[in-house]
Amino acid sequence: MNRTKVDEEEYWNSSKFKAFTFDDEDDELSQLKESKRAVNSLRDFVDDDDDDDLERVSWTGEPVGSISWSIKETAGNSGSNHEGREQLKSRNSFSYAQLPKPTSTYSLSSFFRGRTRLGSFQSLSDALSDTPAKSYAPELGRPKGEFRDYSNDWSPSDTVRRLRKGKVCSLERFRSLQDKLQLLEEAISMHDGNVITAVLIFLKRTLSKEVLFRELEVRQVALRHLIHFLKEIGDQKLLLDLFRFLDRTEELALSHYREHLSIQDPEKRKEFLKNCIGLPFSVEDSAHIQDHYTLLERQIIIEANDRHLESAGQTEIFRKHPRKASILNMPLVTTSSTPASTTTQSPRYRQHGKDPTHSHCTEERSSKSGTFSSPVNLKKTFKIPDKQYVLTALAARAKLRAWHDVDALFTTKNWLGYTKKRAPIGFHRVVEILHKNNAPVQILQEYVNLVEDVDTKLNLATKFKCHDVVIDTCRDLKDRQQLLSYRSKVDKGSAEEEKIDAILSSTVSRAATPPQPRETDSSQSSIKCIKGKPGDLQLRLNCNCSENY
Amino acid sequence: MAAHLSYGRVNLNVLREAVRRELREFLDKCAGSKAIVWDEYLTGPFGLIAQYSLLKEHEVEKMFTLKGSRLPAADVKNIIFFVRPRLELMDIIAENVLSEDRRGPARDFHILFVPRRSLLCEQRLKDLGVLGSFIHREEYSLDLIPFDGDLLSMESEGAFKECYLESDQTSLYHAAKGLMTLQALYGTIPQIFGKGECARQVANMMIRMKREFTGSQNSVFPVFDNLLLLDRNVDLLTPLATQLTYEGLIDEIYGIQNSYVKLPPEKFAPKKQGDGGKDLPTEAKKLQLNSAEELYAEIRDKNFNAVGSVLSKKAKVISAAFEERHNAKTVGEIKQFVSQLPHMQAARGSLANHTSIAELIKDVTTSEDFFDKLTVEQEFMSGIDTDKVNGYIEDCIAQKHSLIKVLRLVCLQSVCNSGLKQKVLDYYKREILQTYGYEHILTLHNLEKAGLLKPQIGGRNNYPTIRKTCASGWMTVMVKNPTDISYVYSGYAPLSVRLAQLLSRPGWRSIEEVLRILPGPHFEERQPLPTGLQKKRQPGENRVTLIFFLGGVTFAEVAALRFLSQLEDGGTEYVIATTKLMNGATWIESLMEKPV
Repeated sequence: MNRTKVDEEEYWNSSKFKAFTFDDEDDELSQLKESKRAVNSLRDFVDDDDDDDLERVSWTGEPVGSISWSIKETAGNSGSNHEGREQLKSRNSFSYAQLPKPTSTYSLSSFFRGRTRLGSFQSLSDALSDTPAKSYAPELGRPKGEFRDYSNDWSPSDTVRRLRKGKVCSLERFRSLQDKLQLLEEAISMHDGNVITAVLIFLKRTLSKEVLFRELEVRQVALRHLIHFLKEIGDQKLLLDLFRFLDRTEELALSHYREHLSIQDPEKRKEFLKNCIGLPFSVEDSAHIQDHYTLLERQIIIEANDRHLESAGQTEIFRKHPRKASILNMPLVTTSSTPASTTTQSPRYRQHGKDPTHSHCTEERSSKSGTFSSPVNLKKTFKIPDKQYVLTALAARAKLRAWHDVDALFTTKNWLGYTKKRAPIGFHRVVEILHKNNAPVQILQEYVNLVEDVDTKLNLATKFKCHDVVIDTCRDLKDRQQLLSYRSKVDKGSAEEEKIDAILSSTVSRAATPPQPRETDSSQSSIKCIKGKPGDLQLRLNCNCSENY
Repeated sequence: MAAHLSYGRVNLNVLREAVRRELREFLDKCAGSKAIVWDEYLTGPFGLIAQYSLLKEHEVEKMFTLKGSRLPAADVKNIIFFVRPRLELMDIIAENVLSEDRRGPARDFHILFVPRRSLLCEQRLKDLGVLGSFIHREEYSLDLIPFDGDLLSMESEGAFKECYLESDQTSLYHAAKGLMTLQALYGTIPQIFGKGECARQVANMMIRMKREFTGSQNSVFPVFDNLLLLDRNVDLLTPLATQLTYEGLIDEIYGIQNSYVKLPPEKFAPKKQGDGGKDLPTEAKKLQLNSAEELYAEIRDKNFNAVGSVLSKKAKVISAAFEERHNAKTVGEIKQFVSQLPHMQAARGSLANHTSIAELIKDVTTSEDFFDKLTVEQEFMSGIDTDKVNGYIEDCIAQKHSLIKVLRLVCLQSVCNSGLKQKVLDYYKREILQTYGYEHILTLHNLEKAGLLKPQIGGRNNYPTIRKTCASGWMTVMVKNPTDISYVYSGYAPLSVRLAQLLSRPGWRSIEEVLRILPGPHFEERQPLPTGLQKKRQPGENRVTLIFFLGGVTFAEVAALRFLSQLEDGGTEYVIATTKLMNGATWIESLMEKPV
């Protein structure tokens, strides 16, 4: 931060003297060209002389391109090539000599700036469009101010114009506050962010913070540019001061908080977040920030513990499921679903933890960190909603193939001691997640059976090849036809086939009732269709165009 | 080479030629052999205006992308950096230049800022001690790039964020400059309409720029009848919805960049002929999409449902044409057939490509998840259950679908409800932060600032009023033979395009109430023309409107405008300009706060 500030000062301090480095030699050349063109473009109004002669006269009365003109132009900047540019000098002058005289054909920018050479333009317009020959854009001609480029005493508006053209230009002349503000106003009215920023840098350097802030408060456009600029160069300190001055406390807090993104070291990040907690966030946000801190704090403890366990090689769980990445800075939900945290059994899990691996883990991890990293604990601390918790825990347990835990997740006991299965996310979703984690058919079957909606159940069972469920369901529905068609899908001579045959033969008499027509596809989705307009929906959503080709 | 640019009502090749001319002019300034070091982002837009052959003609021998440390060896006299004015790029350039100086023969360095020189960047170069090494430091004002015969874009990805979040007017300034350039080439636009804060500012800048230039009138006969400037935040809803036109879906699923799309190669595996054969099957298939391709021009703007039948019809026509060879008996007939072969081959290649693309897209659109998402979107746009926590969104979060998808849906719900109830908003926020990480609190704030995700104020939902008055809500439409622009979203008419349509007929006075609800002022300005240039419209001749979307436009909106242009009794043809061609995903992404 300090560095940039110093450098800026250097830049603007020195710009006055260095305004004429090589760049400006080039500049001179282009100015030469520009004025020549300007004069040429004036020709049209002055006379009809078509000679392309260089002996044109500039506004100041000197013939453009004459030696005296060049000297006058360079005089203001003489003695500028000091400060370590020596080594470049030779090369610069070399290339200067090498520079070709720019062929002043028509170009977009020259056109835009009105420095058109009539002759070359004609060819373009002839070639490309039917626009009349005199179709250059005099209304886009040179701004008046530019003709006085060579005077030393630029008005604020001329200075701003110069800056806008990307020319180095000293602002040091503007000493009084009034001058500076006028300069700023001028830049603002130009709407050019580049120039506004340039002026702001100058003001930032030459005005006291208080004055700068006060004046910007009434100039919102410039203020926004300064904020943007400070963010860009990373001058966090001044930015925070500014927000404080403006009493924009929430922005202040957020802007401060943003800094944590660039802190890599977890301990430092943690400390930084700790400091953020007290900042004036909105009520909801401050709760989130607090959570962010707490989470990282725990992640650090868990990480250290896991690493220790992993390196010791004691824990089977890590051998089976090596940690892919550090847990640090992971989102909360990911944190509560990594093997490390989920292996730590909550008391509730322990009752069911008959699996040797888990009992082992449980014993291993009854330390302080264990209680921190248990999902149930995380759930409580961070108020994770039920649904989200179940989904996360389910996926994590399934990955570990801990089917008992999965079972426990959905088992609720009522006060009479009866157990009941309940899933806040719906069992169809449970089945899908289990399937994604390669659960065996026996397990899938158990949960498919718990799906309440018959159609959905049948679909899922078919999709995941839970033959028994399909067969039983068809039997219960007395859907002979579907059973028949399903027979072709099971393996020849398998137990399933036998079962189907048995049912078919035993129900011959009862199967007289015609099977109910049933939608087999996307029954779920069609429920979700917009009420009352199934036909339209079909029309709108039927993206199936395969039959067309 | 770019003939498709001149197909439209306005010949945009004029603009392209002008831009190319300027590029040549700059290259000629640096005499001798050259190597160009590219800011990678720029290669896309530059590709639209120039091929390598143009650069080669001007002694460009090598091209590199801008990277840290040393430049690759190249035996050239000039090294030219083509870069955007970004501070981080300046650091890389400095590294390049410094490591270059230490070895070998001296080179001439130049830098070309696109679209603009920046004092801030030059200061950074100076701080790093390399500013003096550059002989030419120039700017190349590539403001508006012609994409198609009726489409121009500035391709400035940060424009929306700058305009609506940071209130930085720089991109508006560029937009105004681009418009001045257009006016220089195509004549003064006599009438300017606008809606929104940014539109107002651009109009002000244009008027000021015009005043600043001396001299007499622009004597180009005006091509455009009027200009409509529209703020993106007037219609935040449209880009959030999933586009359902062919081109829109390609963009949603694969992302179109600078008119190119990269596709998974499997479907394009070596076929008999066409471009597909050469590519390695592991490399993504890259295709250029623009109206130069006859078939694409025909189907790009159709609802995806209508694409299949067109493709199958084309297939029949082409097979029939190939069958013709059996009928060719005489030498003359055979000769004629052979002369048509190249054209037929091209048509077949193009058909094969688009059939493959359509298949790829169909795989997505027929998936259950796509269907569910679309259903939720359409419920929101019809105003159903927008004030409750949505189950599908909850599921998406729980299953950790991409954050962008989740944010897009939540924002859509918020916009359709004129803001969410505080309780609902808090719930979503908590879920998102817990699942995707707390640091996204910054992103959520950005979305809130942009008005995409906010609490409902005063418990008033304005969306139904807008929907009714502009008929921009969800309704039943014919997607195959559309009669209304709403076909592009299979039932939702984009508000932005509806505003344009209502402006041309019967005029905005009819919807004053809606205009008051929408943010920002609406206005009209006139730029007087000298009598010689005033147009006398022939009966039946259409007006030409330049419509400029400040903050981005989607392909579906472009399609809707093209649809209006083609209406027989429409009376208006549109040329579309924008700061960026975008979709909901790229838009949300541009608003996300990324870790440093």
